[in-house]
Amino acid sequence: MTGRTVYLVDGARTPFLKARGGPGPFTPVDLAVQCGRPLLLRQPFMRDAFDLVILGCVNVIADEMNPARVAALRLGLGEAMVAFTVQINCGSGMQSIDTAYRYIRDGSHDLILAGGAEALSHAPLVLRQDAVEWYAGLARSKGALATASHMTGIRPDFFKPVIGLERGLTDPITDLNMGQTAEVLAHRFNITREQADSYAVESHHRLARAQQEGWLDGEITAAIDRDGKFYDRDDGVRPDSDMADLAKLDPVFEKPYGKVTAGNASQITDGASWVILASEDAVEKHGLSPLARIVDSEWAALDPSIMGLGPVLCATAITRRQNLSCADIDLWELNEAFAAQVLACLAAWEDDDFSTQLLGLDAAFGRIERDRLNVDGGAISLGHPVGTSGNRIVLHLANAMKRRGVRRGIATECIGGGQGGAMLLEALI
Amino acid sequence: MTGPVLKHLSEVKLELGPAGDATAEGPWRHARDAQNVVWMVLDVPGNGTNTISREVLEGMDAQLDKIEADPPHGVVIRSAKPGGFAAGADISAFRDMVEPDVARSLLERGHAVLDRLEALDCPTVCVVHGHALGGGFELALACDRIIAVEGASFGFPEVRLGLHPGLGGTFRLPARIDPLEAMTLMLTGKTAHLAKAEGLGIVDAVTEERHVEAAIRAAIDGEIGTTRSSLSSRAMALSTARSFAARRMRQKTEEAAPQQHYPAPHALIDLWEAHGDDAKQMQAGEISSFAKLLASETSQNLVRVFFLQQELKQAGRGEDSIGHVHVVGAGAMGAEIAAWCAMKGKTVSLADPDTEALGKAVKSAARICKDQHLNALQTRNSLDRLIPDPAQYGVATADLVIEAGPEDADVKARIYAELEPRMKPTATLATNTSSLSLADLARTLKRPSRFAGLHFFNPVAKMQLIEVVSHADTFQTVTDQLMAFCGAIDRLPARVADYPGFLVNRALTPYLLEAIQLLEEGQQKEAIDRAAESFGMPVGPVELADQVGLDICIDVADSLRANLDTPMPDIPDWLREQVKEKGETGKKSGKGLYVWKDGVAQKDSAPAKPDDDLTDRLILPMLNACVECLRKDVAGTADQIDAAMIFATGFAPFRGGPLHYARTRGIDDVRHRLLDLAKDHGDRFRPDAGWQDFH
Repeated sequence: MTGRTVYLVDGARTPFLKARGGPGPFTPVDLAVQCGRPLLLRQPFMRDAFDLVILGCVNVIADEMNPARVAALRLGLGEAMVAFTVQINCGSGMQSIDTAYRYIRDGSHDLILAGGAEALSHAPLVLRQDAVEWYAGLARSKGALATASHMTGIRPDFFKPVIGLERGLTDPITDLNMGQTAEVLAHRFNITREQADSYAVESHHRLARAQQEGWLDGEITAAIDRDGKFYDRDDGVRPDSDMADLAKLDPVFEKPYGKVTAGNASQITDGASWVILASEDAVEKHGLSPLARIVDSEWAALDPSIMGLGPVLCATAITRRQNLSCADIDLWELNEAFAAQVLACLAAWEDDDFSTQLLGLDAAFGRIERDRLNVDGGAISLGHPVGTSGNRIVLHLANAMKRRGVRRGIATECIGGGQGGAMLLEALI
Repeated sequence: MTGPVLKHLSEVKLELGPAGDATAEGPWRHARDAQNVVWMVLDVPGNGTNTISREVLEGMDAQLDKIEADPPHGVVIRSAKPGGFAAGADISAFRDMVEPDVARSLLERGHAVLDRLEALDCPTVCVVHGHALGGGFELALACDRIIAVEGASFGFPEVRLGLHPGLGGTFRLPARIDPLEAMTLMLTGKTAHLAKAEGLGIVDAVTEERHVEAAIRAAIDGEIGTTRSSLSSRAMALSTARSFAARRMRQKTEEAAPQQHYPAPHALIDLWEAHGDDAKQMQAGEISSFAKLLASETSQNLVRVFFLQQELKQAGRGEDSIGHVHVVGAGAMGAEIAAWCAMKGKTVSLADPDTEALGKAVKSAARICKDQHLNALQTRNSLDRLIPDPAQYGVATADLVIEAGPEDADVKARIYAELEPRMKPTATLATNTSSLSLADLARTLKRPSRFAGLHFFNPVAKMQLIEVVSHADTFQTVTDQLMAFCGAIDRLPARVADYPGFLVNRALTPYLLEAIQLLEEGQQKEAIDRAAESFGMPVGPVELADQVGLDICIDVADSLRANLDTPMPDIPDWLREQVKEKGETGKKSGKGLYVWKDGVAQKDSAPAKPDDDLTDRLILPMLNACVECLRKDVAGTADQIDAAMIFATGFAPFRGGPLHYARTRGIDDVRHRLLDLAKDHGDRFRPDAGWQDFH
């Protein structure tokens, strides 16, 4: 990889707020503004110093087309700020960073604000297609008679809207729900319900500990709604989560025999996250103190029905390119879409056949121990606002590397539709 | 947004037809276009705003000669000023119209011109952008059709000057819209923004500037209709219906503006009740009533207050170079200051370790936006600019830091010690203290020259004044900057010296303390308030003390007692205990001297007839303190003191200010009364030495 050095300077996110039936207090742009304001407030440079704003967002709401530009203007970055929105489903928040990284590396930009924003609680109710056509016909019909005759075509199920979110989490090629793809992996890699639940319990305990220790201070900036309610922590965490409680849950996606439950899957939440990327020039010009350097990034794709293995393909591509072994990576953030899916990735990396035949390695990639994987919890305990998660794991990786004083880390996520994204960070030593 | 591209494209050009290039004849430019439509464009020279003066009406009269001699297809009237149509009458001219006969003959000539305009056979169209107020609105009402450009607004602010409309508004507006709505608009002096004006039927069409010409053509061709006669207007043609409605109007008006102090709205109601069905009689009545009111002391004083306000506004002109304000302390005042600054376009970070207070601050900001009638986008943008900042990130980049912390010098010193090293070297540090000496607070600072006072009044959204306080070392550039800042956030600045209580609290505290003394003597609190309200104060002192906050009142009073030679009434122990032990600090805690429900003090009925002795005991100490402040150069002039007291405390505006009142009542009379009170009630009433030199 040639080109200029790219620094991750700083970043902040909102607390992730669990969707609790009905729209939450913030839209995607509201969330982006909530965490963007304090982040910008603590920078030594003027707000119009950015060259570009990129925001990942999957469920854009009708009032906020191109949420990147809306957020840039609402954040006071000035009318001349170019801003675009990117979407690669669950990887959108990382795609924004990757795009920014490439622009800066190639020399066209120096300072970019890259984020992700998602308010899953605002996902719209969608009318059925035949209902939409019926409405359109009604609007076209002229005269009382034609209208009356059109009215007779009405059917009760026209008024039964489809939850947009549910459709959004279903792969249109295979018609498998995301949870079902995790069931496929659990089956293929022999992941048990107990293993998945045990992983989930650990995720909650790790996040609870991080909250208690103050490890998320500064990474999370509080959000305040118009009623004055103050949100300062990820509210999906269950510190007292245990195996007995999780065992009581029924499978949600493949009843009655499935292994994926609401307890060992990521939570539906709202949240936003931003990071600031800078060139060497920008770091010097504004006197910035970067958190880490972005060294490499990669995207990969595979069959949508096993989308959960995406991280294995792209992360390994990076380590190969950089001549790094499993042991060289000190810290991993692997987005916890589903516990079974994370465990399947680990299993694939430990599998000789998989590694040699599919990853181009001489032997198994190796074992990623739990003490260097998702050390402060993940999407199972804090939620998975799809367009935001990729951004959050990069930001958190940088912060966790700094806290632990380690050298290298990879953030990676699986992506609905059969893809994966990964990014390699290196500490500044 | 005001970026380079939009700037290059410049302002949207006003459609002025051929009159755009015509030669000015006084305040008017005229031209006939190819369709034989006469364009009359108002462009009063030497001023950014049109006012309706004698020259304007005479110029129109001359043009009407030509129009009548050679009738056109239609007439268009509009303003060439980008800022708006017309702001109303030239108020400075009112001062020369005190003689009723002079006023009457001027008014009659003006009416004749508008009658002529109204009587033209051809269609007449008035195009209004921006404000059409007072005489400007009346000119529009004399036209057949009013076309409004987005952003237009209409109103009759005359009652605020102790007057009612005087150029035909009293009969032309009720003829155009629902008479009851018309009366409400004239009695309250409120401005109807476009949506409201459209709903009321004031305007016949609304368009964007880019479609003005097409709209004019449509109006002249009779394509823009109008609905004039409503059920209400037919009903109000009956005198019994008017009498019934007038009774209700009188009652409501009396509550807001008692007849004794504010005769104008009551005169208007009388007029309408008697002649509401007869435009000719209404016109005659309007002229004589207006001429009479113009000569009244109320009106003269309110006109005086208008000019005092203009002077304060003038003092706030200039570039403040402040984009980012950091407010420390999200208590009641800090929160309101932050919300107000954000609403007026500043980026504001609001710091407080108490996150609950920050939450409350955002909520109260949302309420202020609503109270100020901001639309959804303006509210969103205001709230976006108000950044709760528990981590105090904003200190480092702020151009101005406003400290609104607890009234405790040690606490403030600790806050400054934390803030100052993190502030930009060019940033200004201002305190909102109401009771502490700036010179003392400045002692611990590294850069005392960039430290000043910025004393806001409660509630910030209602009280327009801000005291800009300097101490001995404050740079003049810093106070100049703060004056401009006040202007930029649409408040009125008053330069005052670092004196105990500064100006306003120095003058107000004896009034509040005397009220507490009267409570001690067993007077009913409602009776005390009534005595002050009957004088013309907007709220009585007991209620005001609750509004300000009893804790703050005690702080200020203690500080005054400690730092002044003038004797002050003691604060009774029960009051200190009530505040300290029970936290009953007034409105903000729900209980103080009154119990407060939904922001309203719960009062028993008071005796109808106020006690004059009570009134003097309350008001004269305030006057005495103002004279002391004048003697000690706390503020520049007597007029500035009057202006500050009116815009910070609501001091009876129709009395023209405390010192103006003293003059009107008679300086000797006030002094003798103070001497008598001193004899009866103690030395605190002793006249200040400054009365000797006060004229």
